[in-house]
Amino acid sequence: MNISEKGFEAIKDLLYKMADDQLIIGHRNSEWTGLGPVLEEDIAFSSMAQDKLGHSQALYDVLSQMGEGDPDTIAFMRNAEQFHCCHLVEYPIGEYEFSLMRHFFFDNAELLRFEMLADSSFEPLSFIAKKIKGEIKYHSMHADIWISQLGSASEESKIRMQNALNETFPLALGVFEKGIFEDVLKSEGIFEGEDVLKERWMSAVSQIIEKAGLKLPEVNSITPSLGGRRGKHTEYLQPLLDEMTEVFRIDPSAEW
Amino acid sequence: MTAESVRQALYEVSDPEIPTISIVDLGIVTKIETSDTETHVTLTPTFAGCPALRIMERLVENKLKEKGFPNPKATTSFDVQWNTGMISEEGLQALKKHGLAPPPPTTGNDYAELLKHMPCPYCDSKNTELKSPFGPTLCRSIHYCNDCHQSFEAFKPVK
Repeated sequence: MNISEKGFEAIKDLLYKMADDQLIIGHRNSEWTGLGPVLEEDIAFSSMAQDKLGHSQALYDVLSQMGEGDPDTIAFMRNAEQFHCCHLVEYPIGEYEFSLMRHFFFDNAELLRFEMLADSSFEPLSFIAKKIKGEIKYHSMHADIWISQLGSASEESKIRMQNALNETFPLALGVFEKGIFEDVLKSEGIFEGEDVLKERWMSAVSQIIEKAGLKLPEVNSITPSLGGRRGKHTEYLQPLLDEMTEVFRIDPSAEW
Repeated sequence: MTAESVRQALYEVSDPEIPTISIVDLGIVTKIETSDTETHVTLTPTFAGCPALRIMERLVENKLKEKGFPNPKATTSFDVQWNTGMISEEGLQALKKHGLAPPPPTTGNDYAELLKHMPCPYCDSKNTELKSPFGPTLCRSIHYCNDCHQSFEAFKPVK
């Protein structure tokens, strides 16, 4: 299928939100390096951080090939208002159960998103999606195991996981906030859209949550945390960006 | 200067983290283009975030320069998506020789099942357990053998 000029604008918007999600969650995951509750979890979050940064780079590379500039520059030289990530990825790591629950909601959505994009009419994105979905399965698998185990491990773990779920769920719904080009993405066969993704995600996560003995809130009673896709962010994003680019800003010409 | 002679030369380039396997046996060389003045090799990443990518491009260019191929250039592309089914039989043996359990064939939807009892690379026992699906590099998982009481790593199946 031929992609129109509007279609390419829509693809850029989609790539930015996906790449920004990967970059920010990657940095949040890396904050567990050295702090994980057990060694294997320390390694798991560090490995996933590395994967996510690789995924963001692959997506920024496509943007770069579309004329958006050098990948490092687009990744690190924008202000918070120019980012399109969702609020879920911006929050600090919090207690471990918060990071686990975020990981569970986010990576199940990611896996389904990349599975859908494997059929995209935009070939560079479908190639990357075919590759990345094989890697993300390890992320969702890791999250699913922990949710299943901690949902019923002890009275304390059950309470903590349920509280984390209640806190994270409105943020997780913000993942599916539509951009202004949603109709173009669908009509040109680039992406089936956030509604289809959200429906598949609800079905996948609710099965695991139910099996784990936890409870998902009524979706209709929840106000999703929206705005991220349009540059309206939580107070946590700009300080994180400042930290990520601190060395770069001290000496932009430095090489390492 | 034929594509085949380039391929032969690339058997001498090993994975920087697993010196027993060549990048050809690893299955990451996806395209070789040659002319009288240019030599272009396309690699595909094992994992998108693999930090060895740039190093492997350099190793390829240096090896081809050393062998006298004209203007060698290596680039990385996702046009062909790597999976562990692209590792050659020799490559699987080379992984085992390095102490890594080779990846079993995968449908892409059976990782959990496959990792549960990976054969131990030291004693071939299947009486093993998964310790963590994440290991010291992105492509490895950590296991324990209940028969020879050794921790070991596996090269993760990916598709």
